[in-house]
Amino acid sequence: MTDERPDPDHLLAEIKKEEIAAQRGKLKIFIGACAGVGKTYAMLNAAQQRLAEGIDVVIGVVETHGRSDTIKLLEKLPLLPLHEIKYRGKSLLEFDIDAALQRAPQLIIIDELAHTNIEGSRHMKRWQDVDELLARGIDVYTTLNVQHLESLNDVVGSITGIRVWETVPDRFFDNADDVTLVDLPPDELLERLREGKVYVPEQAEHAAKNFFRKGNLIALRELALRRTADRVDSQMRAYRADHAIANVWQTRERIIACIGPDSMGNKLVRSAARLANELKADWHAVYVETPALQRLSKGDRQRILDHLKLAEELGAETATLAGSDLIATLIAYAQSRNASKLIVGRPADFSWFQHLRPRFIDALARLAPDIDIYVVVGNEKPTRIKNREIKPGATKWRNYAWATIACGITTLLAEALLRIFDLSNVVMILLLTVVGISIRFGRGPGAWAAALSVLLFDFFFVPPRFSFSVSDVQYLFTFALMLLIALTIGQLAAKLRFEATIANLRERRAQALAALSKELSGALTVEQVVEIANRNVSGIFNSAVAVLLPSSQEKTKVAGTSSSQPTIDIAVAQWVYDHQLPAGLGTHTLSAAASHYLPLKAPMRTRGVLVLEAKDLLFLNEPEEKRLLDTFAAQIALALERVHYVEVAQDALVSMEGERLRNSLLSAISHDLRTPLTALVGLSSTLADTNIPENTQKELALAIRNEAQQMTELVTNLLDMARLQASGIKLKKDWQSIEEIVGSACMQLHRVMTTKKLIISIPASLPLCECDPILIQRVIVNLLDNAAKYTPTGSTISVSATAGNNEITIVVEDNGPGLPLGQETKLFDKFTRGETESNKPGVGLGLALCKAIIEAHGGKISAENRVDGGARFTVTLPLGIAPIPEELL
Amino acid sequence: MKTPRILIIEDENQIRRFVRIALEAENFDVREADSGTRGLIEASTRQPDLVIIDLGLPDLEGKEVIRQIRGWSEMPIVVLSARDREEEKVAALNIGADDYLTKPFGIPELVARVRAHLRRHHCNENQSNPIAHFGDVTIDLSAHIITRAGTEIHLTPIEYRLLLTLINARGRVVTHNQLMLAVWGPNYSERSHYLRIYMGHLRQKLERNPAQPEFLLTELGVGYRLV
Repeated sequence: MTDERPDPDHLLAEIKKEEIAAQRGKLKIFIGACAGVGKTYAMLNAAQQRLAEGIDVVIGVVETHGRSDTIKLLEKLPLLPLHEIKYRGKSLLEFDIDAALQRAPQLIIIDELAHTNIEGSRHMKRWQDVDELLARGIDVYTTLNVQHLESLNDVVGSITGIRVWETVPDRFFDNADDVTLVDLPPDELLERLREGKVYVPEQAEHAAKNFFRKGNLIALRELALRRTADRVDSQMRAYRADHAIANVWQTRERIIACIGPDSMGNKLVRSAARLANELKADWHAVYVETPALQRLSKGDRQRILDHLKLAEELGAETATLAGSDLIATLIAYAQSRNASKLIVGRPADFSWFQHLRPRFIDALARLAPDIDIYVVVGNEKPTRIKNREIKPGATKWRNYAWATIACGITTLLAEALLRIFDLSNVVMILLLTVVGISIRFGRGPGAWAAALSVLLFDFFFVPPRFSFSVSDVQYLFTFALMLLIALTIGQLAAKLRFEATIANLRERRAQALAALSKELSGALTVEQVVEIANRNVSGIFNSAVAVLLPSSQEKTKVAGTSSSQPTIDIAVAQWVYDHQLPAGLGTHTLSAAASHYLPLKAPMRTRGVLVLEAKDLLFLNEPEEKRLLDTFAAQIALALERVHYVEVAQDALVSMEGERLRNSLLSAISHDLRTPLTALVGLSSTLADTNIPENTQKELALAIRNEAQQMTELVTNLLDMARLQASGIKLKKDWQSIEEIVGSACMQLHRVMTTKKLIISIPASLPLCECDPILIQRVIVNLLDNAAKYTPTGSTISVSATAGNNEITIVVEDNGPGLPLGQETKLFDKFTRGETESNKPGVGLGLALCKAIIEAHGGKISAENRVDGGARFTVTLPLGIAPIPEELL
Repeated sequence: MKTPRILIIEDENQIRRFVRIALEAENFDVREADSGTRGLIEASTRQPDLVIIDLGLPDLEGKEVIRQIRGWSEMPIVVLSARDREEEKVAALNIGADDYLTKPFGIPELVARVRAHLRRHHCNENQSNPIAHFGDVTIDLSAHIITRAGTEIHLTPIEYRLLLTLINARGRVVTHNQLMLAVWGPNYSERSHYLRIYMGHLRQKLERNPAQPEFLLTELGVGYRLV
């Protein structure tokens, strides 16, 4: 029973696919066996119908090849102008994707899906343009010849003898919403060709002799029919699976194609893709890089990368594995991916040498008996793999020269020592030299030294000396042994050294990564992350680097660059950011750009774009370097995301704090404003009553005035606080006399001070203080007002000021009841009042404002209880040196 | 002496109203204007003895009204202005206003100021007394002799010039700028803290309690006034 239930993962994938498909435009492909079957004609016919149905149809690009029927169909259909691109001095016309995206029709007609765009276009291939259009929800009608399908490309090539380079990935074809086969029997096609309906006459004749042979046409037709039928078949199977009609094979088959450095990788990849397609299996293409293979020339490595790229285009997941044992690494990978099938290649003709080597396939089969192994036999002669990195000629010859000189010196030395030495020891000295040369200069010079030493030994030391002739035949055996030992030891030594170099390189990468991670983990701000990223990436990849981050409008802009700035095309960066795909140099997209653009993809979203520009494109070509760069990018993205969330959390905290303050402010204000307002309304309405005696009237009026005065103070404080908070504090500083400020504060408060004793002691010698007089006056007024409010009648309030070394201290004290214990610092928190329930008006705002003002001046304010009773508020302000008038100097 | 006539230029009804009631209770002849333009017409036709003007008028800027009045009259002008608008006050005083009151202000304060300005204006017209007094200080302007409770006080030339400027503008607020210009000349306007130093000296020499001066008053952020 369980077998009949669809796999839930599969269902989920299906739902996701439907979701994406719902937003994406619909793709309809008109496929034909070859040119001339009438695909474009059929497509335009369909377009005309859509137009008649009232759908907004636009022609993106159509090749009419001068065919009159086709041209007729173009009438009435709106044409999107092509876009002119200058290429090598010529100006060429190309489909304008930006115009299409801007125009955003419901349906766009784009001929020749397999077309390769002119260099300098956004994408290398037209199908990528179509993909972008679909992603924007625009429906596309397009045409395709079967020979342009990636997986059939080599098959068609072998049938027709003509290989085309313009290909479309199979998955693109398979994912099309609708495929219409435009079929024409070969005879009719040839007839059309003769009538000049396909090509203009002279072209037609040439074509008929080459491509359009009847045999070819039949084969191509069959391919087209079969490929379309396959698609229908898979659609039907998908339908059956969706509707759980029959028992469907649920376990996902996994196939691994093992790509080697030889030229048959191409065939291997295509075979694997076909097999995977037929089995509906996931497939992987892997390349195992053993230390020996790291010595490959750039060309060979490039070929491997090309094969991997091809595999990727054909839908494979690709990987480059590093390991010293090819077979063990492969099997480990296969087992970790739960793969059941391995595809390996084997050259068609075995040389005798290859028979000597342990058979790779046999070893595989022995070590992993549960994995099926498929062998693809190459039909081309295997290209000789040059197992050596080609070094610049000069160095190479210098190495050989050094090897020769070293051998010569050793010979002279041995000659000198021959009196003491036995002949066998001379052999040892020569062998030692070979080992040394191998380690120092590598395999070639090592081998050369081995041969040279044998010759030198023969010539100088073996009797008869100074001749190559040998008296004792036994020496021939010595020579052979000596050569073999020298070669073996030398090669081993060279290998050791090489592996050490590789290990060093790995070590360097690992260290670079570790260093980056460590630094990034300490970064707290975006700026720091960007700076660390720029410094590390530019150092390791020897390139100019920039990090671009999105603005609030999702537009990328440069956040920081390394010391040398790379060429940045903001449009490319924006594209990379929007599509989360790498672009620019070394990619398929906008490859004409001067720099390489890498999206900084973090788990939640893309955080920015990394731009690299370097003369040496090692990081794009070397798989290890590329992987390191990707890891770097991932680390940077992760750091950016982490910092982002820290900021979000902090913002949340700040706004929570703001919320709390707002609430306490509102409750404080509503209490402190409403109380005097109630009093005012009550008092004034009593006053309005004419029946009250005159002296009571006066009393009431005075009460009203006092209440209003209190409200004025409150409103003044509130407004000051709001002003300080709104704009940050704008201080109007000047050199001020504290005596004057205190004096005018006291004058302002003379009414509330009438019942208190006020003592001011400010020395005449007190220096001027640089401050905002109005704000400092507010501080003094608030402190004095508080002192007056919270002390009983007849109390003494004193203000004093003294100058220290670096500061002026102003003290306001009273001999009242003092401050509530433990509340000394809390007093200054916004809107807290000393007494919990108080009938004395004034939001605790006064002291909070004092604190804000004093701190804005770079000073401090504190409160304490005096030993002999009462409260003491101490304000300190930094003391500068005021310029003194000349007359007083 | 005829009843002094006072013109109030203020767009707020309630303020205009209580100022008028308060001044009429003091037996002044009060005229009102609710805009700058009307205020200028009233000022030229009614010939008031003193003008009280709000700086925030709907049509004309208060400063503009002051400038125009000063074009043809020396009548005392008292400005009404909000706190924290020190620049506005200074600007008004610099173009010729005599005094300012910060809103909210009390009636006793307003009446005292109005009386002081009327008296001063009246005196200036018909006398040039060579002897000035305040508290126990006497200044003989012709002989340059200053005595406090009979003892001669020595003032430096700058202190004397400063005091002289304040005496000449007695009752009026003199802005920092005006004082700097009168005492040091045009190139010192950036060094207004000199004023604080010399005012401190003057208070030490002439006031009973320099921290709570009775005569040499500070108008914080604006200037000084001698009463």
